[in-house]
Amino acid sequence: MQTGPQAVSHSPGLAKCRTGICGLDEITEGGLPQGRPTLVCGAAGSGKTLLAMEFIVRGARDLDEPGVFIAFEETEGELIANVRSLGFDLDDLIAQNRVALDYVYIERSEIEETGDYGLDGLFIRLGCMIEQVGARRVALDGVEALFTALSSEGILRAELRRLFRWLKEQGVTAVITGEQGQGTLTRHNLEEYVSDCVIFLDHRVNNQVATRRLRIVKYRGSRHGTNEYPALIDECGLSVLPISSVSLDHRVSRERVSTGIQRLDAMLGGQGYFKGSSVLVSGTAGAGKSSLAAAFADSVCRHGGRCLYWSSEESSAQILRNMSSIGFDLGRHIQSGLLHCFAIRPTLYGLENHLVRLHKLVVEQRPEAVILDPITNFAAVGDAAEVKIMLTRVIDFLKKEGITALFTSLAPGTGHGQLEHTDEGISTLTDTWLLLQMVQSAGERNRLLYVLKSRGMAHSNQVRELLFSERGIDLADVYTGAGQVYAGSDRLAQQARDQTAALAQRQAAERRRRTLQQKRSGLLARIHALQAQLDGIEEDAALAEAQELQRLAAAACAEAELAHARYAD
Amino acid sequence: MTARTPRDETDSSGSVQRNDDRSNFEAAAQACGSAGYILRLYIASLTPRSMVAIRSVKEICEKHLQGRYELEIIDIYEHPTLAKGEQIVAAPTLIKELPLPLRRLIGDMADEQRVLVGLDLRARGTGSRG
Repeated sequence: MQTGPQAVSHSPGLAKCRTGICGLDEITEGGLPQGRPTLVCGAAGSGKTLLAMEFIVRGARDLDEPGVFIAFEETEGELIANVRSLGFDLDDLIAQNRVALDYVYIERSEIEETGDYGLDGLFIRLGCMIEQVGARRVALDGVEALFTALSSEGILRAELRRLFRWLKEQGVTAVITGEQGQGTLTRHNLEEYVSDCVIFLDHRVNNQVATRRLRIVKYRGSRHGTNEYPALIDECGLSVLPISSVSLDHRVSRERVSTGIQRLDAMLGGQGYFKGSSVLVSGTAGAGKSSLAAAFADSVCRHGGRCLYWSSEESSAQILRNMSSIGFDLGRHIQSGLLHCFAIRPTLYGLENHLVRLHKLVVEQRPEAVILDPITNFAAVGDAAEVKIMLTRVIDFLKKEGITALFTSLAPGTGHGQLEHTDEGISTLTDTWLLLQMVQSAGERNRLLYVLKSRGMAHSNQVRELLFSERGIDLADVYTGAGQVYAGSDRLAQQARDQTAALAQRQAAERRRRTLQQKRSGLLARIHALQAQLDGIEEDAALAEAQELQRLAAAACAEAELAHARYAD
Repeated sequence: MTARTPRDETDSSGSVQRNDDRSNFEAAAQACGSAGYILRLYIASLTPRSMVAIRSVKEICEKHLQGRYELEIIDIYEHPTLAKGEQIVAAPTLIKELPLPLRRLIGDMADEQRVLVGLDLRARGTGSRG
């Protein structure tokens, strides 16, 4: 068995052949079984031919493996024209002798079976082309047409068995397509012969929206994803989304990214969101969700990062105009190539398609941040459970890639319980949840912002008022007086009212102080007068005392003189 | 047997293909006489099955078309490009190019009734089919 440089082997012993188809190689863990046939089945229009053709074209063009394509249903000319719209230049590859194309024409009305036969004609044509281009890959598209044209089923089955064995002997990796049958994978049970790997393509319509899905039914000798994976056919061909929410082992970052609003950064532990985390901004209509998203986009781009803005409500031009009114010049970033706006109505495609598109854009652009504005509209294309599954996949995918994601979500109502609830039920999946609320008072509506949660960082429990101006977004402290929260002009009015009240109180205190002063002065004056009176009384008392002493002394003196006079006789 | 070599065949058909169907028919009819049958038997090497087919075709032609047919036997292993050009899938394949409509008879031609139906020598339904 040949093993090209492209062969990727995951499990020992089984070489794999890369298809080059977006996502398919991830699901199959390396590609199709090398050197063996793979059956691709599905209903009409499910993309079987495209998968087979991409396998050949991508092999020849990108992986240096020339290929042979045998069509039973479309002519060479039709095939070339059909795949040209996908950017595949088959003419060129045929001219370079890297691809050989053959249309097997088989028409029942022309054919008469006259006995035993073999499909040697097919073998020879195939062998001739394999030799001509040195093919490593072969695609047989619509081989079941043989069953329609030829009636000897026994011979056909034996010959097909021989064909697939022969293909294995040639060492080519083959893709065989077959139409889905009633209760069987293919109408003519091709799966009995091609049993190494079977891929099933599904195309269903729900709510008028078509969704493609791909499933690996069987892959002998190899691990593979068993889920149904969303698939998409767009201008670049088929892509399959290899993501499913199974592992929770993504790396986490301690790095921070600014929210674009200084004071919001401050509320989130001073530095903003964690890099690679998911942020949910929910709120009522007009509360400023998109503006917060724009602030973040602007900040990422100003720091030189790439940002993907996925809008499902507004066109890019409208976003640019609206955001320039609050000071975010996003047009500048689009011109510099850092910002990529992608506006699409959710109802245009199924959920899976959106997922695949987002995945493709992210893989192409490798942005640092992705903004989905808003996610609420996805509810239009799927029920709540499906939307949640899809958003979970988006979040897991972006986390795995280390991309910061910001989702906006319209809150269903303004009631207390409703605000802190998202229709999509993804609030538990996000790391940071900012809630925007409109409060109505004094004839106006004002915006309030809360940080409902922010995992892994100290965050503010405060309510802030969101202020928009032509210079950008700012947050103001709300006025919290007398147990009430005031915002907007209410806040200003309340401040004025409070100032007036304070002034009045100051004046009253002054008055009281003056009255007391007067009382004090009065008392002091009275104390002064009484003291003077007291001094007078004390003076009088002292004078009386001195006179009494003089009187007593004089009396004693007079008595002595009287006694002396009596003895003298 | 009036078999030509494949080289002659490619040359003659190449020159004829430039004309439209009508002149194609006329030219070919002229070339092979009034009620000319142009038959080509493609075989994949000389397997027993091929031998059976060759023998059967020759017998049937001699029996029913004596003198007014041209049979050519081509081995597609030797001329693989003819297999693609003539849209050969099964082998053996007998192509009745003329008279129109074109028919492809596949198999070892052992079922004479069916071969005659395929050559429009017997009406469909009277054969052993079904």
